[in-house]
Amino acid sequence: MRTITSDAVIEAVASLCQEANFYLGDDVKEVLQKSLEEEVSPPGRDVIKQILANVEIAAGEQVPMCQDTGVAVVFLDLGQDVHVEGGYLYDAVNEGVRRGYTEGYLRKSMLGHPLGGKNTGDNTPAVIHTRIVPGDKLTITVAPKGGGSENMSAVGMLTPAAGAEGVKKFVLETVKKAGPNPCPPIVVGVGIGGNFEKAALLAKEALLRPLRQPSPQPDIAEMEQELLTEINKLGIGPQGFGGRITALAVHIEIFPCHIASLPVAVNINCHAARHRSVTL
Amino acid sequence: MADKYVSPPLTDADVEGLVAGDQVYITGVIYAARDSAHKKLVELLNRGEELPVDLRGQIIYYVGPSPAKPGRPIGSAGPTTSGRMDPYTPGLIAETGLKGMIGKGSRSAAVKEAIIKHKAVYLAAVGGAGALIARSIKKAEVVAYPELGPEALQRLEVENLPAIVVNDCHGADLYEGGMRKYALP
Repeated sequence: MRTITSDAVIEAVASLCQEANFYLGDDVKEVLQKSLEEEVSPPGRDVIKQILANVEIAAGEQVPMCQDTGVAVVFLDLGQDVHVEGGYLYDAVNEGVRRGYTEGYLRKSMLGHPLGGKNTGDNTPAVIHTRIVPGDKLTITVAPKGGGSENMSAVGMLTPAAGAEGVKKFVLETVKKAGPNPCPPIVVGVGIGGNFEKAALLAKEALLRPLRQPSPQPDIAEMEQELLTEINKLGIGPQGFGGRITALAVHIEIFPCHIASLPVAVNINCHAARHRSVTL
Repeated sequence: MADKYVSPPLTDADVEGLVAGDQVYITGVIYAARDSAHKKLVELLNRGEELPVDLRGQIIYYVGPSPAKPGRPIGSAGPTTSGRMDPYTPGLIAETGLKGMIGKGSRSAAVKEAIIKHKAVYLAAVGGAGALIARSIKKAEVVAYPELGPEALQRLEVENLPAIVVNDCHGADLYEGGMRKYALP
């Protein structure tokens, strides 16, 4: 049994909230650079240039790349041999969010009640997903998620007869319907299988993968590539101004599922595929 | 499609000169308002009461900025999704003389009709470029609803704030036109 203090969790979460909002990953920057070369639409190219300039300003000045600094989505990979001392783990996560969003001048976007409640004033509570894993370490990932792209996400309860074609159709329709709203170029996280809530969580987890790193499963990697090609034929383009770069990547996660079901979830993210991790 | 420079208040002639796809640079005063501020403004209109600001000829920017760091006028300040303001926009255009809206994403048929009928314009700023856009904002002050935090109604002084015309008063739509132009079979 290894002990980790709740103070260490607070500090880690506070830093991760700020880093995730200030610094875009090199993986995303590389793909954006490549996309600039591939984009043929002049307004589309101009958008990608502005996004790249924005990324540099945000990092240089330590300001958030987007004013929507998101719901603080926090993944905890908690080793089963870890003992957290000094306080309740989720309280520590929320205290870290409170400090990170206040110290970092990040926007507080959480309403205390979903039906017109007051702003909680510190961006708490975080949405926390805990996975118990082997070992004596705690890995914390903070993935702030903006509202504009989250609103364009969808879950479809397909049935087995729909098959791979049905899944692809659902993903394409979701992206097409989203159009310019989620600030394309987007990153598309897809969850296939499990059940209703598992598919949605898989789609969110898919967004955490390094950009354009293919699925280890050959058939799924092929589907990712095929969907990326099809999405980029839609013509939506950067910001919806028309162009060939509508998505930067499609990531798919799968899970076994019931003989009667084929759940599919599509979690749309803007280019700001923000996430930062640390292992304590 | 061309570069255009405008300063509110906008006249009918100013708006008629803006065409879908034009890159527009705005200098002067604009107003920041999003969901909750819109709801409050329209409630005042419905009760026949005076609004906290005169919107005739003005531009509303759909933005909920992040807090300003010390010494800065504003934090990151990119556009939010405009569709959420659709229920309020036709009324604001018709009753206050509002001429322009800046946001991102598609508008409803009713908003597009109001834009044509009352000669207004809908522009998009680059969503996700909030740190870059903030450089065009020189001053920000809350003029109403401070209790709404990031959703307060703010008066912004801007210099060459960049935006692109999406819906013009002649009925053109950049989103529809752009998608048609670049879609592949």
